[in-house]
Amino acid sequence: MKGNEAIAHAVIRYGADGYFGYPITPQSEVLETLEELMPWETTGMVVLQAESEVAAINMVYGGAASGKAVMTSSSSPGISLKQEGISYIAASELPALILNVSRGGPGLGTIQPSQADYFQATKGGGHGDYHLIVLAPSTVQEMVDFVGLGFDLAFKHRTPAMILADGVVGQMMEKVVLPEQKPRRTDEEVRKQCPWACNGRIGGRKRNIISSLELESSRMEVINERLQARYAEIERTETRWEEIGTKDADYLIVAFGSIARIATKAKELAAEKGIKVGIVRPITLWPFPTEAVAKAAEGKKGILVVELNAGQMIQDVRLAVHDKMPVEHFGRLGGIIPSPEEVLNALENKIVNPKSEA
Amino acid sequence: MNLCDTMELEEIIREENKVYAVPELLDQSVHMHYCPGCSHGVVHKLISEVIAELGITDHTVGVSPVGCAVFAYNYIDVDWVEAAHGRAPAVATALNRLWPENVVFTYQGDGDMSAIGTAESIHAANRGENIVMVFVNNAIYGMTGGQMAPTTLIGQKTATTPYGRRVDLNGHPLEITNLMPLLDGTCYVTRQSVHTPAAARKTKACLKKAFENAIAKRGTSVVEVVATCNSGWKMSPEKANEWMAEHMFKVYPLGDLKDTTKEQ
Amino acid sequence: MITEIIIAGFGGQGVLSMGKILAYSGLMDDKEVTWMPSYGPEQRGGTANVTVILSDERISSPVLDKYDIVVALNQQSLDKFAPKVKPGGVLIYDNNGIHTRPDRTDIKIYPIDAMGATLELGNSKAYNMVVMGTLLEAMEYKLPMENVVKGLKKSLPERHHHLIPLNEQAIEKGRTLIH
Repeated sequence: MKGNEAIAHAVIRYGADGYFGYPITPQSEVLETLEELMPWETTGMVVLQAESEVAAINMVYGGAASGKAVMTSSSSPGISLKQEGISYIAASELPALILNVSRGGPGLGTIQPSQADYFQATKGGGHGDYHLIVLAPSTVQEMVDFVGLGFDLAFKHRTPAMILADGVVGQMMEKVVLPEQKPRRTDEEVRKQCPWACNGRIGGRKRNIISSLELESSRMEVINERLQARYAEIERTETRWEEIGTKDADYLIVAFGSIARIATKAKELAAEKGIKVGIVRPITLWPFPTEAVAKAAEGKKGILVVELNAGQMIQDVRLAVHDKMPVEHFGRLGGIIPSPEEVLNALENKIVNPKSEA
Repeated sequence: MNLCDTMELEEIIREENKVYAVPELLDQSVHMHYCPGCSHGVVHKLISEVIAELGITDHTVGVSPVGCAVFAYNYIDVDWVEAAHGRAPAVATALNRLWPENVVFTYQGDGDMSAIGTAESIHAANRGENIVMVFVNNAIYGMTGGQMAPTTLIGQKTATTPYGRRVDLNGHPLEITNLMPLLDGTCYVTRQSVHTPAAARKTKACLKKAFENAIAKRGTSVVEVVATCNSGWKMSPEKANEWMAEHMFKVYPLGDLKDTTKEQ
Repeated sequence: MITEIIIAGFGGQGVLSMGKILAYSGLMDDKEVTWMPSYGPEQRGGTANVTVILSDERISSPVLDKYDIVVALNQQSLDKFAPKVKPGGVLIYDNNGIHTRPDRTDIKIYPIDAMGATLELGNSKAYNMVVMGTLLEAMEYKLPMENVVKGLKKSLPERHHHLIPLNEQAIEKGRTLIH
């Protein structure tokens, strides 16, 4: 099953209440598959093709404000359009899931895979001090698993979560085990789980207001502090990563998403040459596994950060290891995917046998 | 002779003597921020009365705009979601589709409805979302200090048309409500005002019809209220009412533009 | 064991669907599989290629630079991917329209007349299954035919299931092309 199709199955099986989207390559299969599966006939899930990405994210905002489990998906230019809404969702402390099957930019760019939206995803993206929980799948199975994980984390912390995928995991097919169909929550269950939600003052309860507006600075500061405390809690409890052969390695490669798999192949090729490489694959890009990278880096001779961009995650890697060892970047731009051989060459030329600057 | 000389206060405050009451849904614990003479307060009151009279308080959700009515959620005692500027119809779409038994209405100004949110407004109406869109058109941006709105009249002075709106520079007034009847998703489109007691009573009846349409899932109802902004227009409330009747109604004539409930 | 394959040709030659059937066949044979297409406008008439990996172990990179088997169905693809066959690997290409032939001696090269064989079958739509037959025959990993049939069933929409016998026939025909 293709990654994008798998997302559609996963969101239905999670028991989500709504999906709102607008077509854009390379993720249109999400909406197409949902329309084909007609979940409104089975689970009662709402699927709607909105008039724009802007409308879609605001539908997500409305749905989330009413306590429902809702998501949208898009690709880089569309995600840029959604940033205003994402900022509102974060500021209003609402759970929601956003999928970015990212492509090469800037501008209209290309439709080929890219990881150039790392900064946008992990540093906020829209205006104001906020973060999304960002999950980076490297397999189609993780595309599926992160739908459930993303919703669970979003509801647990009342904050939006993003799956930052790329065209490789979106378009590739591989073996995938779908979760069992979960029932959608009943309206009563939604009301119980989300007493803050706007879905009518049933039983004459006090009115609920979802708003991110507060003109009084002292109160706005308190709201910001509450958000920051939540982010600190998420950093403490939700950091996820994978390590492959880091213990006995002399060098590290840090890479996320599909590129981590190319790096893993490069590690296998390196082993044939007697070069011992370990892989750290951040799974949550925010919160970034700073401590894990620092720990894995202990005693290593150097680190290569491999990304499909001009050098974004490398900043977080450098913050993790400071200047204890050389940290170099290898990236391809514009939708080009490097081969494992290219990654190995970069490791050899930049880290193992760096040419001295003439 | 003064009534109070002959009657005890308790005798006066009796149900049978009551000629006016603040609607129960209008929250008296907060101070309204609207300028004296502004039309928004009247529209709020009418909506509050309609919701209470239809008995839908416990399953009505409002979507407030960005603009002067941004704080509407502080005044009318139902659930409210505050939307980003122009996005109220998209927010309302999800609120209603995910809770089809709920009654959802947007409250939008001229910036929200006819400038930044034109796409959302047109498309929600075109999809025939079972919502009520209340559109308060005062031909100016009040909240940000009196700049031009798409509905600003030709020649009208605003902070961004200090010498009066010119067609060659600023285009024509956008009569967005006139577009709504063309969309098959709308069931009811009307343009009213609240500058006299009679006009307010009429607007209330229109709002009631619109909310009834939402309950019956007949499609989208649009109720435009041509309104004054005496502060932005730099006029007394009374003068603003006169100016509106004289100039605004020519461009935005009052009356029903579409009513499919009549045809049935 | 791991088999790393790329199939490349014109859009419309059935490159992507052939890869899909191969991937599903591997899946039915209990292998780990990845299917990674080139995607985008080139699907509509330009060149298309798909990388298929069949493995007993978890697959790392779905994107490769060297392949055990390259299937090239036009000159452009042959030029691009012939140098990327691993030493000792296999290169299959369709003879039709080829003017510059590969000169490598460290790999097995099978030029085939897939178009001719397809015309003999009398249904030009079976072209990619003829090529698939050659590929299955050339692969070191022997994918049982029953699982290929299961893969066909899984990847073809039900309205095309009546074509499965024709596809089987085409695969068998393709197998004979390298003997």
